[in-house]
Amino acid sequence: MTGRAKTVGQALALLMVASLLGLLAWKVVWGGDGGAAAALEQGDSPAAPAFTLPRIDTTGDLSLESLRGKALVVNFWASWCIPCKDEVPFLQKTYEKYREQGLVVVGVDAQDFRQDAKRFTKRFGLTYPIVYDGKGSTLGKWGVTGFPETFFVDRQGRLVGERIVGGVDIDRNREAYDRGVKLALGTP
Amino acid sequence: MRLTALAVLAVVLLGAAPALGGGRPNPADLEAEIVCPTCKTTLDQSNSPIASRMKAYIRERIAAGDTAAQIKAQLVDQFGPAVLAEPPKRGFDLLAWLLPIGGLAVGAVAVAALAWTWSRRGHDESEPQPLDPDLERLVDTELARFEE
Repeated sequence: MTGRAKTVGQALALLMVASLLGLLAWKVVWGGDGGAAAALEQGDSPAAPAFTLPRIDTTGDLSLESLRGKALVVNFWASWCIPCKDEVPFLQKTYEKYREQGLVVVGVDAQDFRQDAKRFTKRFGLTYPIVYDGKGSTLGKWGVTGFPETFFVDRQGRLVGERIVGGVDIDRNREAYDRGVKLALGTP
Repeated sequence: MRLTALAVLAVVLLGAAPALGGGRPNPADLEAEIVCPTCKTTLDQSNSPIASRMKAYIRERIAAGDTAAQIKAQLVDQFGPAVLAEPPKRGFDLLAWLLPIGGLAVGAVAVAALAWTWSRRGHDESEPQPLDPDLERLVDTELARFEE
């Protein structure tokens, strides 16, 4: 092997190692798995990650951006998830109670069969908007780790309060839920 | 004799029936090729609620007469391409198949080139090299003295 070929080979090997190190650094710095939930847990109030997804309750798409100015309770769920069945009547009640004040509950059905989700919404008589995210494209951005999980978004489109992991309306998180609704509405 | 022939024919036809059915999909095969979206293992390795639902769906669709390709396409439509244990052999996903093969080929060429270089170097070193004239003279002197 000539000296020149050897130098080129070494340069290529170094370039490959540097690329791999760069990818690793990028993943560590920008590819964190915590999503918006991690920032929320650190005390920040990050912008709610945007999405535009097809609706299950009716035709067409729903964009989170179109709800700017509303207080939101964003609930991630799936029809096969047992605690999701227990919490939906409570979410429906929240929607009915605060709707006049400008609060919208948004259900995001993820990693689920579309038909199962439709049956679920009919069975529980849900009237709040529900979108379908079968591929789970929103989960990483929001930092969802399981179902159900609930977030609160204020009228400026920022996450507020605490993320509620697991079903709402149980002793463990009732207080956090009420606080989240108030923060989203902007009421003291 | 005729009865025996008919019996043999019936056995042959019954044995061939699955093959004549156009390759009706086997649920176990599909469960090994589809990934559970929540646990990231193949369906046959998972008992999670969504995996159980997907297994039931596969059986429903097989009973309805769908082919394996149709069932996979329906699952990809619902859950995205990540639901396939193996990436499709087309488009951008083809890279997942080609890159490892390309890497192996490049590695093989590199090893072959190195082996060829080393073998040549060994061959070159085996050929006798001319001695330094001073050293040769010294060796001759020493040999002559030894023979005396």
